[in-house]
Amino acid sequence: MKKLTLPLTEKDIILLRAGDEVSLTGAMYTARDQAHKKIAEAIAKRKKVPFVLKNAIIYYCGPTQAPKGKALGACGPTTSSRMDVFTPALLKAGLKGMVGKGGRSPQVRQAIREHKAVYFLTYAGCAALLNRYVKKAEVVAFKELGPEAVYKLQVKDFPVIVGIDTGGTDVYKKRGI
Amino acid sequence: MKTIHAYTITRVVSDLCIKANQVLRNDVLQALTLAVRRESNKKAKRLLKAIVENAAIAKKERLAICQDTGLPTVFIELGQGVRIKGDLTAALVKGVAQGYRRGFLRNSIVRDPLARTKPAYLPPVIHIDIVKGEKLTLTVLPKGFGCENKTQLKMFLPTARIGEIKKFIVDAVKAAGPDACPPYVVGVGIGGTADYACLLAKKALLAGNTQYAIRNTKKLEKELLCAINNLRIGPMGLGGKTTALAVNILTYPTHIAGLPVAVNISCHALRSATAVL
Repeated sequence: MKKLTLPLTEKDIILLRAGDEVSLTGAMYTARDQAHKKIAEAIAKRKKVPFVLKNAIIYYCGPTQAPKGKALGACGPTTSSRMDVFTPALLKAGLKGMVGKGGRSPQVRQAIREHKAVYFLTYAGCAALLNRYVKKAEVVAFKELGPEAVYKLQVKDFPVIVGIDTGGTDVYKKRGI
Repeated sequence: MKTIHAYTITRVVSDLCIKANQVLRNDVLQALTLAVRRESNKKAKRLLKAIVENAAIAKKERLAICQDTGLPTVFIELGQGVRIKGDLTAALVKGVAQGYRRGFLRNSIVRDPLARTKPAYLPPVIHIDIVKGEKLTLTVLPKGFGCENKTQLKMFLPTARIGEIKKFIVDAVKAAGPDACPPYVVGVGIGGTADYACLLAKKALLAGNTQYAIRNTKKLEKELLCAINNLRIGPMGLGGKTTALAVNILTYPTHIAGLPVAVNISCHALRSATAVL
């Protein structure tokens, strides 16, 4: 399994191919539906985005609250396709990668290829297992959104599978589903 | 006549919320364990093992099996011989809110579906059936929305052939594809009205819930499971023969002019817990 350190650069991901298993270490940001809506609006209005999008990784995740002694609660991926309408704008603004579950739209595939980014899948429905790879978590934006707030996560060896590589090859398209 | 206090119901529902979210249902765990044994695709086998391991970690560390702790649905079977002392609905709502707070579960519910502000722990969706006897049966089903979003309803012509119905059910799973955490459990409701078919499809996901079935659906369930597994979606959509763990069908009499069919797909983290008072 290839180990990658975050934030990612084009050099890190250009050789990855759909289906490759990779582990991620470093900082990634959670963002899901409402945070995406807000970030996309900020980009459109040329306003400040709450974290540096350039080379960042977004994890489509709304965690449960942290029980005592843990950095975070259960934290598996949510369905990525709900973010499809916002993703091309975020990629254009410098976002380098996304972690989630399930398929993406042709527009997202196209934008990934155009901006040399990557889409990762992670273990869907394995929220307690994935908790083990999260070492630190803090809310950095949109606290009022509760579980939909943007968390900055420090992860170590977080397991992912390349869903769409920089060339736009989709692991699901390859399988014809 | 048996008297049950509302505060007892609150306490029991609160515990059920935590149990359902942290301890994977035995029948689901067994189906997953069997799938690990049967699966021949290496990657799929490994992913299935991760799902089983996830359930063990959740139980041991008292974490939610899935971060999407659902919009909890509470099913009540209220015996006619039971007298509730206090407000039943209020007791249920309070129990859910307490359980979710106590269990560090997720506040995923927005009061206004259009404004979508301030996610909270309540209210749940409640279904009450009045039954014979002096028992109160409480079931909490915290189904996530990744799979709830894949629900489908179709009003067939009464002259529809069984093949058309089977195709609709298999296509619903195909449409969910890799998105809703396969391997799935597929709940199907056939008959009744549009709303009732949807309710049956959801009830079909509850453990051993076959008392509503008026015809033997075993053969049809088996055929559908086979057709769905032939889709080769597999765990995480990455291939293998385990696309669904089970297909459960519930039926109800319907109108001469129609044939409602509803499909409610559950992710592999099919969670529910029941208590009888």
